Amino acid sequence: MELHQQYPVRLRINGQDREFNVESWVTLLDLLRERAGMTGTKKGCDQGQCGACTVLVDGKRINSCLTLAVMQDGKEVTTVEGLAQGEDLHPLQQAFIECDAFQCGYCTPGQLCSAVGLMNEGQARSRDDVRELMSGNICRCGAYPQIADAVVHVMDLRKNASGDKPAFTTGAVLA
Amino acid sequence: MNPFTFTQARDLDGVLAALNAGEARPIAGGTNLLDLMKEGVMRPAQLVDINGLDLDRIDASEDGGLLLGALARNADTAYHPLVRERYPLLSSAILAGASPQLRNMASNGGNLMQRTRCVYFYDIGTPCNKREPGTGCPARDGVNRQHAILGTSETCIATHPSDMCVALRALDATVHVQSSSGKREIPFADFHRLPEDRPEIDNTLQPGELITHIGVPQADRFIDHSAYIKVRDRLSYAFALVSVAAALDLEGGAIKAARIALGGVAHKPWRVEAAEQTLVGEAPGEAAFMRAADAILQGARGYGHNDFKLALAKNAIVQALTTAARGTAAAGGQQAHRGDRA
Ligand SMILES: Cc1cc2nc3c(=O)[nH]c(=O)nc-3n(C[C@H](O)[C@H](O)[C@H](O)COP(=O)(O)OP(=O)(O)OC[C@H]3O[C@@H](n4cnc5c(N)ncnc54)[C@H](O)[C@@H]3O)c2cc1C
Ligand code: SF4
Ligand code: FES
Ligand code: FES
Repeated sequence: MELHQQYPVRLRINGQDREFNVESWVTLLDLLRERAGMTGTKKGCDQGQCGACTVLVDGKRINSCLTLAVMQDGKEVTTVEGLAQGEDLHPLQQAFIECDAFQCGYCTPGQLCSAVGLMNEGQARSRDDVRELMSGNICRCGAYPQIADAVVHVMDLRKNASGDKPAFTTGAVLA
Repeated sequence: MNPFTFTQARDLDGVLAALNAGEARPIAGGTNLLDLMKEGVMRPAQLVDINGLDLDRIDASEDGGLLLGALARNADTAYHPLVRERYPLLSSAILAGASPQLRNMASNGGNLMQRTRCVYFYDIGTPCNKREPGTGCPARDGVNRQHAILGTSETCIATHPSDMCVALRALDATVHVQSSSGKREIPFADFHRLPEDRPEIDNTLQPGELITHIGVPQADRFIDHSAYIKVRDRLSYAFALVSVAAALDLEGGAIKAARIALGGVAHKPWRVEAAEQTLVGEAPGEAAFMRAADAILQGARGYGHNDFKLALAKNAIVQALTTAARGTAAAGGQQAHRGDRA
């Protein structure tokens, strides 16, 4: 009985204050889709492996499938529905359209949120950085080059696109 | 997920009391624990959210080292100016792991405590000594491409999957822990353990103990010559088959000191100090590096699908040392080629 206890959760979702009562085991992803009506965020693997569920919490991108709703109490959540300002698309949404950066559409919401998070984090200096920092989003249609184009375009990284030294160092790869 | 109760920790004493009572498990980023709970591999009855504790700082310590808070996120740690400047090896090891989304959530303490990625461990439909002691180890004769070649036992051949921990082992870090009865520091070498006949126990953290910090001693002499090399099945966002953290202190064309730790090959980050000693006084070069690699890999054995790791580990060690000798900047520049195939 105690186990099915409900926990109050207050979130600011896409600029709106919302209140919920959820069981302990409800993930942020399930809350967004099933209780908040924000079905733009998708459930792919449910295990942190695909990035489809990426949302921004206090401006940072995370996998909403691997966090509990109760752990995010009091936070500000932005989903793909919150990127546009009224009729005006977010510059990244516009760039995705212009660059044909999507196909089946299931992973696009996560890709968009991830790209916005990437820009907020401010670590990318080159196209290679963008590719590396978008790697948490897996798209099986292979729209990767167009997605990188869109992000590079909006970040205006073209001047120092490929060939430039990446801004950060990850483990060198032998593959 | 199995039902569980949830509490938000208000202070350290509250967490320690809950842990002491034996019921509760701390949750930080949740990126490993929730995954394992969804699969039914771990079934805690009570979670204590420790994110409210004041343990997310990264501070310089008086002896010239760093103190990393257990709740500092992997991303914040890797990009922290002090880590980038003074511990490029640690920064690149962290950034070689997981994805940006996961690194934003994953905490330093949780990274140390993450469990193996052995597929049988994850599949509750199969036996596994680590998940259910005494049921057997299907990996020994099964699909063991990811598995260990060093320090294995009859009961388990799993690897520890962390990248960060490999760098921390090379840097001689210490794990600061606290329980209701006090504080203690565990040298990194003694934190993770080999499976022996108790594969269900991953490390030497005792019940009731919480990781509060990770101490990293001063390592300025390695700043100019370090490299983290990670070999995996795709260019990014995959666990290591073999990884190597290498650091050299070079003076007048000779090696004054060397550090070499391996990931993906054992139940814990693997390091052999005697092998590092063979490099002291030598000129950096392939012959010396090969000898050191052989010394590190002494006693290594494959289990079939992972036989390739014997040669791979040797090559990766030589490559990491060669890259480190060339200079830390070269190690960073080298990953630029990952973009070549866009
Ligand atoms: C798809 C995927 C890919 C990944 N790839 C990589 C990779 O390539 N390299 C890599 O290194 N890692 C990788 N990871 C693992 C990731 O780095 C870990 O899941 C993460 O570091 C764990 O931290 P956390 O804070 O989320 O831990 P949690 O999930 O919150 O906790 C993990 C464990 O640690 C315990 N714990 C947490 N904090 C403390 C503390 N302070 N004291 C005592 N116990 C504590 C918890 O009780 C739990 O048992 C990957 C994960 C996923 C899901
Ligand atoms: S290797 Fe270890 S974790 Fe994997 S099946 Fe065997 S006992 Fe379980
Ligand atoms: S649904 Fe969360 S990462 Fe796949
Ligand atoms: S858009 Fe979904 S798999 Fe490519």
